[in-house]
Amino acid sequence: MNAAIPRRVQPAWLVQAAGAFLSRYDGLRARLPGDAATREAGAAAFRLHGLPGMRDEAWHFTSVRPLAETPFAEPLTPVADCAALMARLPSLDAPRLVFVDGRFRDDLSVVPPVASVRVGAPAYGALAQPARDRMVALNTMLAEDGAAIEVPAGVDGGLLVLASLGTGAADRPVAFHPRHAIKLGAGASLTLFDVSVGEGVYLHNPVTEIAVGKGATLTHLRLQDESRAAFHVSTVYTDIAAGAIYDSFALTLGGKLARMEVHAKLAGEKASAHLNAAQLLSGTQHADFTTVVTHAAPHCASRQTVKNVLAGRSRGVFQGKIEVARGAQKTDGYQMNQALLLSPDAEIDSKPELEIFADDVKCSHGATVGELDAEQLFYLRSRGIPEIEARAILVRAFLAEALDLVSYERTREALETAIADRWEGLEA
Amino acid sequence: MLEIKGLTANVGDKPILHGIDLVVPTGEVHAVMGPNGSGKSTLSYVLAGRDGYVVTGGTATLDGQDLLAMEPEARAAAGVFLAFQYPVELPGVGNANFLRTALNALRRSRGEGELDAVQFLKLARAETKRLAMPDDMLKRNVNVGFSGGEKKRNEVLQMAILRPTLAILDETDSGLDIDALKIVADGVNALRGPAFSALVITHYQRLLDHIVPDRVHVLANGRIVKSGGPDLARELEADGYAGVVADAA
Repeated sequence: MNAAIPRRVQPAWLVQAAGAFLSRYDGLRARLPGDAATREAGAAAFRLHGLPGMRDEAWHFTSVRPLAETPFAEPLTPVADCAALMARLPSLDAPRLVFVDGRFRDDLSVVPPVASVRVGAPAYGALAQPARDRMVALNTMLAEDGAAIEVPAGVDGGLLVLASLGTGAADRPVAFHPRHAIKLGAGASLTLFDVSVGEGVYLHNPVTEIAVGKGATLTHLRLQDESRAAFHVSTVYTDIAAGAIYDSFALTLGGKLARMEVHAKLAGEKASAHLNAAQLLSGTQHADFTTVVTHAAPHCASRQTVKNVLAGRSRGVFQGKIEVARGAQKTDGYQMNQALLLSPDAEIDSKPELEIFADDVKCSHGATVGELDAEQLFYLRSRGIPEIEARAILVRAFLAEALDLVSYERTREALETAIADRWEGLEA
Repeated sequence: MLEIKGLTANVGDKPILHGIDLVVPTGEVHAVMGPNGSGKSTLSYVLAGRDGYVVTGGTATLDGQDLLAMEPEARAAAGVFLAFQYPVELPGVGNANFLRTALNALRRSRGEGELDAVQFLKLARAETKRLAMPDDMLKRNVNVGFSGGEKKRNEVLQMAILRPTLAILDETDSGLDIDALKIVADGVNALRGPAFSALVITHYQRLLDHIVPDRVHVLANGRIVKSGGPDLARELEADGYAGVVADAA
């Protein structure tokens, strides 16, 4: 007779890495600020499940091994001078909350006039699922700081920049786990420009919990332009009330290994969620955009247009799940994932998933993979446009469908600039 | 001056051009006529430098510069413009931006300053007006949703703005009604002058009523089989290609 087989055997490197994070927690726990009960629950979940392995279905295409094999140290007191990294933030004349290695930096920030902001401790909310999502358990366990941003009912919070600067030195990688909460009252609005930059080796593992109140609108623009040696794993939970809009666009340019995971719940009637994204990768970059959209109420709409531009030996992943609950009639769900492969060694993995328990719904999904069109390229070049510029024009055109959905002109320009800067090195 | 000597070329592995000899002196407009499959479009693509069109022998020079050694964008900088038989659609690329990028690339290669958006729009609006094109054609994506006639007019608009010294018009008349044909012809005629030459490739004579060529050449089976004055086009229209092609064989 066979001996009992453990339900899940994890490789030693994964267990060891989890152990290192746990021993950091055991050393720090007395000094960590904020809600101890939530933190302890996160630690218990992490102790039980550890880091995500490739046997977890949600992590089938993305291995955390490079991250697990990096020995992370505790962040030191950040250097006062962050001028070079600050210069990489988009030049938007707007209030900003700046975190350096996961800690709020008052001296670099400009507090917004309208929204209320609280910093100094992790802003734990009620939406995160540390028992299910392992990187979220890790965040919950080790979070040191974060922003709780609240826009009162009926107020327009304007534009707010939430910036993360990572300063890991190559010989001293650091890991940080900021925890943010954003709450929009009924009928409120806010444009949140969420930007991550950095240099060197580090793990940026933020969790953001977002509650969009009745009839409120959150425009969430995200620019992930981390160091090319860094790890970025972010998780967003958003709960969208009746008639509210969560309108997001996420641009991934940086990171060695990156994943953005978004859980959007359409909780009230006539709510809508836009989870649009673009990933531009080169070299050996790996980036994963994973979404779970839950239609929990009738008459809601979700839209996802996800574009991947992949050069070199890079690899893009898109996993998009749409769940339609039993009562969510008249659901309108749309999902499109497209990839442009600029090299024969680039790879895209695409996994759409529909789980529908209502009978009167409209859900569609599609995926395409292609190369630059030779005829279009020749047409541009025949007009005198040099090849590299012609390729850039066609890539920009490929992204247009997703990027043009960014309605706010100032932020769209900032994203366009970031793409243009990134493009210069993409085909090198 | 365009000088083509003994030009042979394959499309993939298949020989299409079997030794073209053709001279277009600066300031002249020449027509190349011929039946389907004679190699007309191949000649235009070879001159513009399209991938997949392989030159196997001979030379082609523009004002002494070796065209065949250049990348397509360098040929454009040297003064070549190909008006496509089937203009390519570029979804996501605005027509005005496309044209300005092309014009500025050419200006850079000539050592001239670039035009800003305002300067460019002034120039472009004057040309669209001349070609009886609605202003919104500049705002739309390149050739996307354009009718056949609009696409051809858009080619002529590009030509008018980019000001080539050698224009190759590849069946620009196909798919045009008579009014559009006149507008396109007027656009080409407006560029005529001592520094401009053109190779007008067409199957039919009717375009040549409006763009009157200095010389007409008949292309058949990958060779120029007959050359003559503008009257040759009318003879071909009356008698068909069969006679000329048979005589040459």
